[in-house]
Amino acid sequence: MTKKIPLSQVKAKHKVHIVDMEGGCVFVNRMMSLGIYKGRELSVVSRLALRGPTVVKVGRSTFALGRSMAAKIMVEMRS
Amino acid sequence: MKKLFLIGNPNVGKSTVFSRLTGVDVLSSNYPGTTIEVAKGHLFAHDETWEVVDLPGVYSLEAGSKAEEVALSLLRETPKEDMVVLDVIDSTNLERNLYLTLQLLEAQFPVIICLNMHDDALHRGIAIDIKALEKALGVSCVPTCAITGLGIKNLIERLGDIRPALRAPVSHQERWQQIGQAVSLAQNLSHRHHSLREHLEDASVRPFSGFLVAVSVLCASFWVVRTIGEFLVNRVADPIFFSFYQPLLDKVSVFLGPETLWHHLLLGDLVDGQIDFKQSLGLLTTAPYIEFAMVLPYIISFYLVLSLLEDVGFLPRLAMLLDGLLHRLGLHGFAIVPVLLGLGCNVPGILSTRTLESRRERFIAATLISIGIPCVPLQAMIFGIMGQFSGFYVTGVYLVLFALWLFLGLILNRTAKGYSPELLVEIPSYRIPDARALGQKLFLRIKGFIVEALPIVLAGVFIVNVMLYFQWLDWLTFIFSPVMNKLFGLPKEAAVALVVGFFRKDVAVGLLLPLGLSIKQFFIATVLLAISFPCVATFFVLFRELGLKDFLKSVSIMLLTGLIVGVLLNLAIVSA
Repeated sequence: MTKKIPLSQVKAKHKVHIVDMEGGCVFVNRMMSLGIYKGRELSVVSRLALRGPTVVKVGRSTFALGRSMAAKIMVEMRS
Repeated sequence: MKKLFLIGNPNVGKSTVFSRLTGVDVLSSNYPGTTIEVAKGHLFAHDETWEVVDLPGVYSLEAGSKAEEVALSLLRETPKEDMVVLDVIDSTNLERNLYLTLQLLEAQFPVIICLNMHDDALHRGIAIDIKALEKALGVSCVPTCAITGLGIKNLIERLGDIRPALRAPVSHQERWQQIGQAVSLAQNLSHRHHSLREHLEDASVRPFSGFLVAVSVLCASFWVVRTIGEFLVNRVADPIFFSFYQPLLDKVSVFLGPETLWHHLLLGDLVDGQIDFKQSLGLLTTAPYIEFAMVLPYIISFYLVLSLLEDVGFLPRLAMLLDGLLHRLGLHGFAIVPVLLGLGCNVPGILSTRTLESRRERFIAATLISIGIPCVPLQAMIFGIMGQFSGFYVTGVYLVLFALWLFLGLILNRTAKGYSPELLVEIPSYRIPDARALGQKLFLRIKGFIVEALPIVLAGVFIVNVMLYFQWLDWLTFIFSPVMNKLFGLPKEAAVALVVGFFRKDVAVGLLLPLGLSIKQFFIATVLLAISFPCVATFFVLFRELGLKDFLKSVSIMLLTGLIVGVLLNLAIVSA
């Protein structure tokens, strides 16, 4: 059984795929233009302390997403 | 006139392509958002003159950020038959870049694609089949390497016959599917092991190793700036001034005769019968010495190191590491970029707060920069004044400023209205900077500094000289003497230095040094100069960027802070 968790809680070096995008239309579209959308696979490169950003790799790009952004992206771990 | 719009994702090298096409030099770096003003230039091709417009980087054609709004409105203003859209793509990242491309094609713009950084893609084992890509997209694609200029000629040749694209609009999900198909047809990846560069890239974004990398890079940068700066002062500037310039001035001094008005204006006052470049305060003595021998060497070394860090791609990584801390100051990590620029000169620092999205964030960032971030001229002054005692006091001034910066940020975060958005920044690959591009950027920045600073320094020295000669400043010292004496423990003459600091921080040093203050007094005066009014140029930019209301708020905070810190330091420091 896989569990749905926010991206902000995923530890570094895990591969996940996005199951749901919470948040408004602007946010979802913005993420969409970066290639972050429902069904997409991500790998978490690192997660910084002090409520810092989550760094993810999507395709060939690396993005740092602020914590509350990452909290709106619901993901499932890849087994 | 036909228009050529350069559009593309942030940090794909649009500005470099722009420079290549038009010969106009614009700043480019390895981080998103370097272009804060839309640059325009001209290109003559196919028997007509084109207006070339360098748009800020965008990820999509939907108005999600300020940059996207600017780009969109400019694109919509022009009729489609009078324009060509040059879509600049980062070849190392075809997939993400094509999202914007497809949107442009669906909106039926006449598009030509520039596959930039083609050489870098090949290094990374990414081969792009140009023919297959052209077939999949239905538009011309030209591989280029803008930094070396490869492919630019070919690009210009192809501009002649660009037709509007015909592509039906699709949903966002379908668009990504189409991109997937196009990429699988045109891109051929050869598997390679992680290179050293990629290991370094990964290490610099992990919490622990990233922190270590950042601290070592910053320490090394500081050391290099100081070393190069000192070298330029001791080996280049000082010899020129003392061995060649001073003998010349000595003759002028004899010719004019001391105690005359002209002598006072041009050469200033003799100190122990000699011209003293730091204290004489003349248009031909102190003004050029401060600018060229005390400040310029550090401007050169500072911008050399900063430009290097920018082009390598270190700044977004620093932004990411500092995001947690800066959030507590009401900013997000990317606000570190204006701060770093502000360490050189507050003017470009405050200008680049435009890249921050919310008004509140821009207010906080600009206020913090103008109060707590010492620019190179100010730092040269701090070293010049406090350095004569010991490095301990220099560090002290920096610590006071840094503490103030943090403390004010915490307060502003609690009190300023509005919201601060989240960090969203692309972490670019490390790139090896191109020497020619680096040199050009350095030249552009140094030229900008001289053009901006020199006239104000000359005017400042001139005005102060005239006022001192006719003793017009006495009323000023008289009015401020209670404040100076009682609150700050400074002699009343220090008021002149503080007021002059408003013109240029570096001129004030010539007024403070002759006062012969105690260490404590010098310390307080230096800190006050750093906090209180920024120079006239910064003042103007602050007003323009913030608008009257926020500007007044910012200035009140500045004055209040100066007052409180001055009094506190006066009480806290036991006379040294």
